[in-house]
Order: sequence, then structure tokens, then C-alpha cells
Amino acid sequence: MTAKGQGRTAFAYLAPALLVLGGLLAYPIYQLVLISLYDYGQEQVSGGAPLEFLGLGNYRNLLGDRQFWGVLGQTVAFAAVCVVGTLLVGAFLAILATRVRTWVRMTLFLAALGAWSTPAVAGSTIWLFLFDANFGFVNEVLGIQGFSWTFDKWTAFGLVAAQVIWCSFPFVMVTLYAGIKAIPGEVLEAAALDGASAFRTAWSVMLPLLRPIILVVTIQSIIWDFKVFTQIYVMTNGGGIAGRNLVLNVYAYQQAFAASEYGLGAAIGVVMTVLLLGITMFYLRALRRSGEVL
Amino acid sequence: MRRWLTEGFVLIIAAVVAFPLFWMVLSAFKPEDEIISADPVPWTTRPTLDSFTRALTVANFGRYFMNSIIVALIVVALSILISFLAATALTRFRFRSRTTLLIMLLVVQMVPVEALTVPLFFLMRSVGDSVPVFGLNHLGSLVLVHLAFSLPFAIWMLRGFVAAVPVELEEAATLDGASRFRFLWQVLFPLVAPGLVATSVLSFIHAWNDFLFAKTFIISAVENQTLPLALQVFVKPDQNDWGAIMAGSTLMTIPVLIFFVLVQRRLVSGLAGAVKG
Repeated sequence: MTAKGQGRTAFAYLAPALLVLGGLLAYPIYQLVLISLYDYGQEQVSGGAPLEFLGLGNYRNLLGDRQFWGVLGQTVAFAAVCVVGTLLVGAFLAILATRVRTWVRMTLFLAALGAWSTPAVAGSTIWLFLFDANFGFVNEVLGIQGFSWTFDKWTAFGLVAAQVIWCSFPFVMVTLYAGIKAIPGEVLEAAALDGASAFRTAWSVMLPLLRPIILVVTIQSIIWDFKVFTQIYVMTNGGGIAGRNLVLNVYAYQQAFAASEYGLGAAIGVVMTVLLLGITMFYLRALRRSGEVL
Repeated sequence: MRRWLTEGFVLIIAAVVAFPLFWMVLSAFKPEDEIISADPVPWTTRPTLDSFTRALTVANFGRYFMNSIIVALIVVALSILISFLAATALTRFRFRSRTTLLIMLLVVQMVPVEALTVPLFFLMRSVGDSVPVFGLNHLGSLVLVHLAFSLPFAIWMLRGFVAAVPVELEEAATLDGASRFRFLWQVLFPLVAPGLVATSVLSFIHAWNDFLFAKTFIISAVENQTLPLALQVFVKPDQNDWGAIMAGSTLMTIPVLIFFVLVQRRLVSGLAGAVKG
């Protein structure tokens, strides 16, 4: 086939994909930036008031708003707790999994698979029920019936973080376990022959070999936990009392669809996209540095 | 001795991890008075299907279950067709802008789709003016967005599978007189099926689990709600029918659970293939 013919056939094959991606991803991204530059509220949507171009006005409002900075700080702190928790639990269990017999490991993996595959809404609801003030099993065991976990800001955040860790550690565990298993036995034998202790082997032999995998799961977790929406929304009923359990994603949603400040909501969306793209760039650079080819 | 301790510890952890799911299924089968008892116990002597009946009749969960199934299956079917064609074009043909397209596919996967609720909301609103089926309050709008979200990864992942099929096979098929169309659907398509399984499962789960877009798009049409939204609607402070909610959660979780267990091996190897590209 001629080069021109190839190109034509290729684009015929690509056309449906390009149509969908262009219309439903590329165009909305452009629109997101555009809307964030306007005063776009209920009146503008219904046509009752003319569109007013604000330039960076929404961003200026946002950066001058104390609540925004509070929510941003909370988002970062919440994501940090979830990421660290997920990695610690996942890594710890991955190491334990290499030291037990197959049936014990399969039992653990099966349980983890269950947590992993539970839909976020169902998972959040189950945890709410388990920690329910009056009918929850946890309060019954702890003997603190009537205690509401979701009322106080910090116990509410803690509960959501625990739920997030519950459903995201399996990914880390399974990936790290596969990584550990992929380390050639000779390397570990050589270390043992040289008289290295178990700790020394883990620290100086296994850790450097696992670094690329650890990097991948860390960044992946950061990206996921930064974007948590469902768990916060369901478990704190839309961001907690007076919005004290808000994270960026839920905040953007509330500004846009509850307060009808679509321009402001879009601006928060842009901020979040930029932050995540920054993390991703860092990720790609780190990947390349560790010798991974794309 | 030490191994016994470690194994005992691991089994306890497994039990803790599995406990929320156990509690969900157990509560779904408990009679109502045991659920709202002040002293809940982790067993029941009187299992009953009452909660399921309530969820399916009073809360109309059957309808929402069907809605979720319809959206997820259409997304999967369309995503298979479109991503297979696109992946073939990107691996089997050489043309200008091929590299640009590949890089764009990567970048687009990094965009947090949650940020796009506002523009997509208005897009669906205007689409609905001309084609109501794809507008707000209709399942079509959910199909469209989930299709768009699942495509970049599906194409990216299938690329590896298509590339793994030797070019000689295509030449042989052409020599035997097979048309390009026949080669595509009768030779190449079955060969990349393992890759299609992995991508389909991910597309299905994304569409099935989605809460944010269902909440944003399906505003007033109660009959077009999907499961996650329906479940959330029934969680009302102080007057929760926990039995029905747990029955609904069970109905929502079981399909994904079965899916996951069936394909986990393929999923992991498929993902590894995609990462290595």
C-alpha cells in the first residue's frame, strides 16, 4: 500500500476514537479553562444576565479566599495520610506474604481482592454502617454506643482515610509482592553467603531493586488519593458539617453545583488539573531517570 | 514456631480486611429487628430475604441495577470496537502525526476527569437539546462520558497486544486471499482477545462504580438513576433502612467481585504488558 493510502486507512480506523476523544475530552478541557475565566452563575446559565469576562478574577477570588487555602491544606494532608498509610500497610503485608505458605497467602490475597473490588459507594456505606453510632458493630465491640464517628472533624477524616486505605492497599501489596518475587534468588543467596543480615539484605539489596516499583505505586497512590470524591461525599454527607471535611474535588463540586458558581468551580478544577499534571511530570521524569523506557 | 506466629497474624489480618464485606452480606440476610438491635452480633440464626425484597420492591433497586448494567455493557461494547480499530491504526500503519497522537493519548490519561464535571454538564445540556437520549437525565450521557474516559487507556493497552501479532500473519492472510476486513475481524480480533478482556473489565468497573457523573447528570429523572446514586439516596441521617441498604450494596458488589476473581490473573498480566508497552 502507498504511504498516502496507509495514512487514509489509518485515519478511517482512528476516526471514531478521535471523534469521541475530541468531543468529550479535548473540547471539555478547553471549555473548562474558558468557563473559569467568566462570571458564570445561575443567572448567566438561564440567560437572565449577560456573560461577564473576568479574566483571572475567579482565580484572584480563590487565592484570596481563606476557605480555599484551608481546603487545599486539608486535601494535601488527607492525601498524605492515605498515601503513607496505604504504602506502609501494603509493603508490610507484601513482605509478610513472602514468608507464609501458599494457602495462607491466597487467603490474604482473596480478602484483599474483595476490598479492592468493592465499589466506592458500597464500601463507604458499609463502613458507615459498621461505625454507626447506635447500630454499628465497632461501637458495640468498643463499648462506646452513641458515639458518632462522623460528627467530629478529625474522627470523620480518620474514618474516611481508613476506608480509603482499606480499598487501596491491595494494589500496593499485590504489585510489591510481584516485585519481590521477581528478584532473582541468586542475588539473595549471594547476599546471604556474604553474611548479610536479613535487615541488611532488605535495605541494601531488595530496596534498590524495588525502587522503580515503589516509585510507581507511590505516585499512583498520590494521584488517586488527591482526587478522592466518593468516600468523602458519601461518608461525611457532602463535606461534613459546615464543610469542615471538604477536599478539593468535593469543594469544586459544591461551588459549581450547589452554589451555582460554575466559573469558580471550573477554576478549582483547573487548579487541581495543574497540580496533578505537575505530579505526573515529576513521575515521568523520575521514571526516565530510573531507566524505564516509555 | 515463628512461621506459625506469622501465619496466624496474616490470617487475622485477612479476617479484618474481609470483615466489612462479611458484615455487608450478613446484614443483608439478617431480620430487621436484629439489624437495629443495640447489641449487634456477628451471626444470625434466622436468615431471611426480607431486606432483598424491600430493596428490590420499595427502593426499586432492580430498575437501577438494570440501568447500571445497560450503561456498563454499552460502554464495554463500544470501547472494544473503537479501541481495537484505533490500536490497529496506531501499530500497523506508519503515518505522520502518529507519535503526536500517542503522546496525546498519554497526556490525556493524566487529566483528572473529576475536574471536567462543569464543562461536561453544559456539553450534555446542549447535546440534550438536539438529541435527548444523550442529554442530561438520560443514560446516554453516562455512556458517552465513560466511553471517553475508558478509551485512552484501552487504546494504549491494546497497542501492545496488536503489536505482538506477527506481521507475517497478515501477509499470509492476504496471500490466501483474505480481505483487509476479514483479516481484521477474523484473524487479528481473536488474537488480541486477552487484551480486550482486561480492558473491558476495567471499563466495566469504571462505568459501574461511577458516582460523580451519575450524580451530576441524572438530576431529576429518578427512573434513570444508576446503582451508586440510588444507594446514596437511601442513606439518610437517622432513618436508614440499613437492611435494604446492605442488600443493595451486596447486589452492587457481587458482580464486580465475581468479575475480578475470574479475570485477576489475566488482568495483572495484561496490565504488566501495558506498562511495558
